Amino acid sequence: MPFDYMTYLREEKLPHMWCPGCGIGIVVKAMIHTFTDLEWDPSDIAIISGIGCTSRAPGYMDMNTLHTTHGRALSFATGIKMHRHDKHVVVIAGDGDMSAIGGNHLIHAARRNININVIVNNNNIYGMTGGQYSPTTPLGAKAATAPYGNLEPSFDLVELVKGAGASFVARGHVGNGRQLNTILKKAFDHKGFSFVEVVSNCHTQFGRRNKMADPMNMISWISDRAKPMKKFEALSDEDKTRCFPVGVIHEDVSRPEYTETYQELIDSLNNGN
Amino acid sequence: MKESNGEVKFLPGNIVVAEAAVAAGCNFFGGYPITPSSEIAAHMAALLPRRGGHFIQMEDEIAAMGSVIGASLAGAKALTATSGPGFSLKLENLGFGYMVEAPCVIVNVMRGGPSTGLPTHPAQADVMQARWGTHGDHPTIAITPAFHQETYMETIRAFNLSEQLRMPVILLLDEVLGHLSEGVRPPKPGTFEIINRKMTDQPPDKYLPYDTSFGDVPPFVPYFEPGYHWHTTGLNHDETGFPTTNPELVTRDEERLMRKVTGNRDLIDKVEYYMADDADVGIFSFGSTARAAMVAVKHAREQGIKAGLFRPVTLWPFPNKQLKDFAEQLKGIVVAEFNLGQMVYEVERTVQSTIPVIRRTKVGGVPITPAEILESVKEIS
Repeated sequence: MPFDYMTYLREEKLPHMWCPGCGIGIVVKAMIHTFTDLEWDPSDIAIISGIGCTSRAPGYMDMNTLHTTHGRALSFATGIKMHRHDKHVVVIAGDGDMSAIGGNHLIHAARRNININVIVNNNNIYGMTGGQYSPTTPLGAKAATAPYGNLEPSFDLVELVKGAGASFVARGHVGNGRQLNTILKKAFDHKGFSFVEVVSNCHTQFGRRNKMADPMNMISWISDRAKPMKKFEALSDEDKTRCFPVGVIHEDVSRPEYTETYQELIDSLNNGN
Repeated sequence: MKESNGEVKFLPGNIVVAEAAVAAGCNFFGGYPITPSSEIAAHMAALLPRRGGHFIQMEDEIAAMGSVIGASLAGAKALTATSGPGFSLKLENLGFGYMVEAPCVIVNVMRGGPSTGLPTHPAQADVMQARWGTHGDHPTIAITPAFHQETYMETIRAFNLSEQLRMPVILLLDEVLGHLSEGVRPPKPGTFEIINRKMTDQPPDKYLPYDTSFGDVPPFVPYFEPGYHWHTTGLNHDETGFPTTNPELVTRDEERLMRKVTGNRDLIDKVEYYMADDADVGIFSFGSTARAAMVAVKHAREQGIKAGLFRPVTLWPFPNKQLKDFAEQLKGIVVAEFNLGQMVYEVERTVQSTIPVIRRTKVGGVPITPAEILESVKEIS
């Protein structure tokens, strides 16, 4: 299928606001690739975000786009999906937005198994507000609010969401766009809640403070640590703390999807009368 | 349209709200359990799926408000219900609702506060919060019914106003009204007005989500209408829906949002009077406290005092003009409200220093009695 950015992009809104070399562009490209592959009509897609650099992505995409309050994208998305469960509902957010202020909504959307596709651009930092540490900033890394190194242990988002009951959990990274396309296609095709963490680079706010001010240095740092599940499992315990598994980490197609279950309730109540 | 009432039902106020919401066309409820409003959610959970609508109990109050706005943008007529602490949590997303112009109705069944306060006892202490709770300048419509029949009709009116003006509307009850059972005669379907938001007649390439050329309320398109693809953001935006920091455009848009209320007072305002024609001692009261005020008026009249009640059903925007007119015939006015003095500031601002304004305030969970109001009335007479 020919790859046509402009079916899904608002050309007149470009150039985008992100720093040169930002990982978010790679995520947006992979999303457009996936929409194209799946032949989703832009009018049938609602894409919802919260607040932050990543949450500006919907503004550039030519579909139904909703830029909500900080952390709350999933709650708005849930209302939309409940009312129009026949449509595609996609959420894109950053790590701070989705796992700190929005963490409660994330685990509960996963638990419900509502058919919303979540993509988290995890660049380990609050970028837009000036480089403060997030729940995914590595222990010891420097941030605007961790000038002596981060004292807090970080979240493994994939394990968090899997533990909350998500029926599809995967991880990709910005160093491998082709792999990301494959992962997103599986995620968007999945019936039920799907979660994709994209390990990404913010060389401006994270890299500058941690000796990786060049985007290519940061992307190499990410790529070197990304291992397919089988290779990851064969690593030594010490190497495992340094690396992360990529690919589809968890998939369960047996769980009922929430809006379908609700529709069954509506049907049974109305047939019974 | 002439209302034709059906059979009498004996219901608690919270159930009245739920029944009326469904009658008004509500097809989405997003909520979170909180006393003393929870019966509204429970009743909606039972009613909505039977009518093809959707109920969801969200993970917190914030999410409930988010889900309501999301559903509204997708075309639903959406309701949420809460009480003090939950209302505090909803306020950021309520502001988002004003900003993006998403019609919806928020019920606050007021309880004692601040903080956790008195969860099972009534109060009227969130009235200023209803007006000014969310940050930034914003319009507000808040409605305070006093009787269950009125609650039924005002719930429908709350939906109608929210749809007509494309904005959230707040319905303020209190624990007394929420839990008190009283007779209501819901009007028969088809005998009362249901207003739905005005949809655009523009084709997708001509559509602007905040087009002001049709007046102060821009015509709507729900998400997923083929080709429209509009952008919704809580950032200040221009007619296209996209962010702007242009001072002129921001000013123009914020002033328009305010004008949706200031320019539609005929639709929004509602004041009820009781024995007010010849009154020279006024009582200002609303919601459940106004019921005690009506008894106080009767008792005062029995004692030869010409008391009369001014009862705002629409509390916000404040009925300045109506109150000013009423004050001209008065020697003084008692402001009876179940808090430590909130609406009294508006009353004082309205009557200036032309007549004495006597405060009859109370907290502690036990409603203001007619005798207490009568005592204040006698201070004037």
